[in-house]
Amino acid sequence: MNRKKLILNLYKKVYLIRTAEELIIKHYDNNEMKTPMHMSMGEEAIVSGVYTALGQNSLTFGTYRSHGLYLAATEETDKFFAEMLGKVTGVLKGKGGSMHLLSPNDGLLGISAVVGSTIPLAVGAAFAGVYLKKKQIVTVFFGDGAVDEGVFWESLNIACLKRLPVLFVCEDNGFAVHNPPILRRGYKNLVNIIKQYYISVFEKETTDAEQIYNLTLQAINSIKKDHMPAFLHLKYYRYLEHVGVHEDFNAGYRNKKEFIGWQKKDPVKLLRGKLKRIKVSDIEILKLEKRIDKQVNESFQKAIDAPFPDSYELLKNTFYE
Amino acid sequence: MNKKVSYRDAINQALHQEMERDNSIFIYGIDVADHKRIFGSTAGLMEKFGPKRVFSTPLSEEALLGFGLGAAICGLRPINVHMRVDFLLLAINQLVNMVASYRYGSDGKLQVPLVIRAIIGKGWGQSYQHSKSLQSFFAHIPGLKVVMPTTPADAKGLLISAIRDNNPVVVLEHRMLYDVEDEVPIEPIPTTIGKGQILKTGKDITIVATSYSAVEAIKASEVLEKQGISVEVVDPRSIFPLDEELIIKSVEKTRNLIIADYDWIFCGFSAELATRIYDKLSHKLKSQITRLGFAHTHCPSCRPLENEFYTDAIKLIRAVEQKLKLAKMDLSQETFYSYENKFRGPF
Repeated sequence: MNRKKLILNLYKKVYLIRTAEELIIKHYDNNEMKTPMHMSMGEEAIVSGVYTALGQNSLTFGTYRSHGLYLAATEETDKFFAEMLGKVTGVLKGKGGSMHLLSPNDGLLGISAVVGSTIPLAVGAAFAGVYLKKKQIVTVFFGDGAVDEGVFWESLNIACLKRLPVLFVCEDNGFAVHNPPILRRGYKNLVNIIKQYYISVFEKETTDAEQIYNLTLQAINSIKKDHMPAFLHLKYYRYLEHVGVHEDFNAGYRNKKEFIGWQKKDPVKLLRGKLKRIKVSDIEILKLEKRIDKQVNESFQKAIDAPFPDSYELLKNTFYE
Repeated sequence: MNKKVSYRDAINQALHQEMERDNSIFIYGIDVADHKRIFGSTAGLMEKFGPKRVFSTPLSEEALLGFGLGAAICGLRPINVHMRVDFLLLAINQLVNMVASYRYGSDGKLQVPLVIRAIIGKGWGQSYQHSKSLQSFFAHIPGLKVVMPTTPADAKGLLISAIRDNNPVVVLEHRMLYDVEDEVPIEPIPTTIGKGQILKTGKDITIVATSYSAVEAIKASEVLEKQGISVEVVDPRSIFPLDEELIIKSVEKTRNLIIADYDWIFCGFSAELATRIYDKLSHKLKSQITRLGFAHTHCPSCRPLENEFYTDAIKLIRAVEQKLKLAKMDLSQETFYSYENKFRGPF
């Protein structure tokens, strides 16, 4: 992929995620989207950069901070907004809400609302890929809070023991719900511990999706070359409250000054600046943005107009029949 | 064609035959490929199918059940084995939050052909963390099927069905039944999940008995027969889905029902079944439904207390006498606890 095309692709994703979430923020307090939302604002560069590097034929799992990952994977918003509104045209026909998005056709095999729960699934999916000789890398996104779960360490151990092609992506926003590491960790450095396993470790603090894309390519190459998993530790700043669409700087557990620092290198603005620097014209950028604005607005309206599911949907797919 | 084999070997046959038939089946868990081979039930699999399809694992039950789920939605048919049901509790988050709801949560796009074999312990001092059965708890969760084979033929047939099912199935085997021998089809013939079985035909009273309780119910029925009491023993085999029809037919005939569930009573399968029978047949019952099960405490280690904890043939006989208003039989010449007396631990 040439650089211009790459950055345009990345920008398309980060801008879509940001625009979709801005629309959610605008409407959330109207009480129509009755689903607990964990907003992606601030992490757009990670999901977009990683997802673009993964390419076709890869599988992914994620967490309930799901919007960014789903939109990066699918770039579609019709089913997305319908799900937020609980409509029959939604991703899960209104049965899942914000915390249960997936798109098997795009390789996104699942998102769980219970912290850490999809990590072992990624390891099992990677095992199946090797078993069926598919040459497939399986990526799992999780927050740094998930690292406090036993299942993270169990899954890491199994992936490393069996040298499975798993890319662990730790999206570290510095908080597990509202708690910083110093209040919940009895060890000094996470990455140093991970390095003791049979795994390649990469880390970066950046909001630049292009850098994350390149780092992910390195991680993928290491998985292929060294026949062991890789661990990507990426820092970001969560702009909004843990759950909900508002700021929470007055809650006292974090300082707005920090946010202002991160906002200066906002992933969407940063990529837009990059586009200009590589001489993409304002017109081209605006055209892209307008197209996405239109897509998002139309999808939202379609979702509003769509019906709720019929009652017969309730029991459907509880069992394979 | 049938052949007389043990419950253990019947399980082993099912695994060999199914794994031969379908390359996507793999089996894993603590001890699966170690020298003891899950009390012999996984014997010979490693040699035949190799370490890719048959392997022992780290002691990481939660991750390993999630691992199975991940493999199942990606085209494999995993069999996850637990030497005791009690150990499966370490994986309850995966079982309840993930495995059970995964198909629902994919709008039917993904399927979960996953088998969980878990073994119920009893006797020789197993005590309270090696003896749970928990079928009521598992069956409470939508999305899971739960079966409890009592006979060697069902140990084979139900496992075959579980492996071929595209839903997650919890197979609760009983350790004390592993040495029981009986006629088992040589061919891999599935036992339909959701179909119960009459283990013994009778006309005076129905005992619905799950898992090892069915063994005690048969023993009780043999003793009662000498007194001219004809007991029908029904083994549901599958807790969910439940063969209500078979049980209703039996109770319609005998009009007396004892439910001997191999589990705790409170909020359990026996309560579920009793309610269903009352709903359908209350006007036909000659007596109140009697429910027997574990004492509402934890399973003790020593035999005298353990005997108190479980429902055995003696308790069943006394319950039948009370129900049918019979005189108390002299049981001093009868032998009970033949399984317990034979079974040698440690495991």
